[in-house]
Amino acid sequence: MAVIETRAITKRFGDGPAAVDGIDLASADGEFLVLLGPSGCGKTTLLRMIGGLEPPTSGDVLIGGRVVTGLPPRARKIAMVFQSYALYPHMSVYNNIAFPLKAAKLPKAEQEKKVAWAAGILGIDPYLQRKPRQLSGGQRQRVALARALVRDPNVFLLDEPLSNLDAQRRASARDELQGFQRQIGTTTIYVTHDQVEAMGMGDRIAVINQGTIRQLGTPREIYDEPADTFVATFLGSPPMNLVPRDDLLIGFRPEQFSPAAGASGAFTTFPFHVHREEYLGAERLVYGETGPTKVVARFPITADVPVETGRTYEFAVPDGDLKIFDAASGLRRPGGAPKLVLR
Amino acid sequence: MSAGTARAGLPVTVEDQGEDRGRYLLDREGLLGPLLLLPAIAYIAALVGFPLVLAIAYSFSDVIVADQSIDWVGLDNFRAVVKTPNFQNALRNTFLFTIVSQVIVLVMANALAMVLAADFRGKRLVRFLTLLPWTTPIALAVLGWLWLLDNVYSPVDWLLREAGLLGPGTWLGPMGNVYWLSEPSKAQLVVLFVHIWRTLPLATVILLAGLTAIPQDVRDAANVDGAGFWRQLVYIRIPLLLPIMAVAVLFGMVFTFTDMTVVYVLTRGNSDTHVLASLAYFTGVESGSLAQGAAIALFLFPALVGIAVLMLRLARRTETN
Repeated sequence: MAVIETRAITKRFGDGPAAVDGIDLASADGEFLVLLGPSGCGKTTLLRMIGGLEPPTSGDVLIGGRVVTGLPPRARKIAMVFQSYALYPHMSVYNNIAFPLKAAKLPKAEQEKKVAWAAGILGIDPYLQRKPRQLSGGQRQRVALARALVRDPNVFLLDEPLSNLDAQRRASARDELQGFQRQIGTTTIYVTHDQVEAMGMGDRIAVINQGTIRQLGTPREIYDEPADTFVATFLGSPPMNLVPRDDLLIGFRPEQFSPAAGASGAFTTFPFHVHREEYLGAERLVYGETGPTKVVARFPITADVPVETGRTYEFAVPDGDLKIFDAASGLRRPGGAPKLVLR
Repeated sequence: MSAGTARAGLPVTVEDQGEDRGRYLLDREGLLGPLLLLPAIAYIAALVGFPLVLAIAYSFSDVIVADQSIDWVGLDNFRAVVKTPNFQNALRNTFLFTIVSQVIVLVMANALAMVLAADFRGKRLVRFLTLLPWTTPIALAVLGWLWLLDNVYSPVDWLLREAGLLGPGTWLGPMGNVYWLSEPSKAQLVVLFVHIWRTLPLATVILLAGLTAIPQDVRDAANVDGAGFWRQLVYIRIPLLLPIMAVAVLFGMVFTFTDMTVVYVLTRGNSDTHVLASLAYFTGVESGSLAQGAAIALFLFPALVGIAVLMLRLARRTETN
């Protein structure tokens, strides 16, 4: 178990802009830390630099307080699970899991014990003699985890390990993976572009865009108090509504946008011209405009809110739920919502 | 309901169907497949099948260039040929050149492919130069070697002399020339070397393709799992490359085994360098003993059948995987 830290780590490929631009990041011991961002944001490059698969252009990686920047991956005591699982196709499941132990020249009896232990935890004992191609996606993923687990690594690095699973299997794998991490308590860095995975599994989330960390915080902090418009619109589905007012952007979540008639306490009203309604089973999404700006409202199916397309309603947002951003920089204005003069 | 009536009850005229059948004739795989295969089959039958049958017929007859009537003589040709030291030497050479050159090519192509898979300055130029021997016509390339290794005017000898390795009182002896192609042991080494030089590029390219087909993730995983260079080579790369290595070696074997150009151009079979193919040519065509030439050439047949079977098996295995 160890703390992972990066100091001003930068990676530049060729002459282009930096893929990772001076990121300072520190995990807590035993933490499940998620790197979340759109594809091409630099999250995988950051992970690969932590793992030693990519040399940084500048900056340092520390594992357990020790600078490991110049060390090859095998000297870092890390384990990594890849998006493709990267199982060795010509080896049996047993040999796949035992491969790191053989590389470490562990005695044979010890190897067998450890493989049996890891296979037991992940429930893959019946498949030990099979080849990877004879396994389902979920089974392969668990073999990859077992191979990572047997080494008693200081750190787990997971690169989108669930993205090759179908939607149903992914939900249960999320649950298993998090339970497994809690059980062994190893510091884990988890890369994903899926906000549901990030919100559901992370102790903390680092939201990354264009090579920099836009916000680092618990899922609740990231969702409720986004640091800028990127974070506000990247998380949430549909994302936060942003309505321009002078040099500001007024942000509010679709679920906080409801008819003014039912509102209580201090609130701000917006005219809402309804264009279209989507029925999604558990909830309804209502698409429309306030002024020239497109906005979305979300109602649980249990809420009885009659809206008709083509009509304009008066909708409201509680003042406490309004997030104010600077229109030019996109950054959050400190100090909560000022008194708004709307219209 | 009759066959001419569609499900909805609308009548379909037979003329309509006939027209459609004509128009979409080429969409039917049962027809298009054989049609597309036909030229290849005709070509193989005329240019491979017929000569093969002819060669077999000749080898059991007394045909010579001057008298081409086929009279059955049984195994006489084979018996006569097998006894000659020339044939025994050619048989030995054929296998020796093929096996030794392909073993060396396999090792060198692996190393070269690994170098070419890495990123470095001038990689494209090196790749181009590596491939060059493969693109040159065999006869011209071998002529080049013939001149380079000439008994009197060899530039290689000149370089050796300038380097102080050849000439009186030097490492390579008192003579001013090596006489590469005049002594059996040296000439055989030269033939072997030219075969290696010629088949190395193709094997390298095949292995390079195989090497780059190993997913980066798998290599990364091996790195993370603590495997050093040799462990990765022995447990990951070579096993994953094995099928494609077999392809490279089988190709190289066929090319080397059946080749007569190298020997024909370099030594014309002198200095004990004959291989089965060149001996068959010299016996059957240059000396006119067609029947004996055919008999010699047929000794290539079982080995080539074996290689062909291996290749087909390999193809099937990759197909089913």
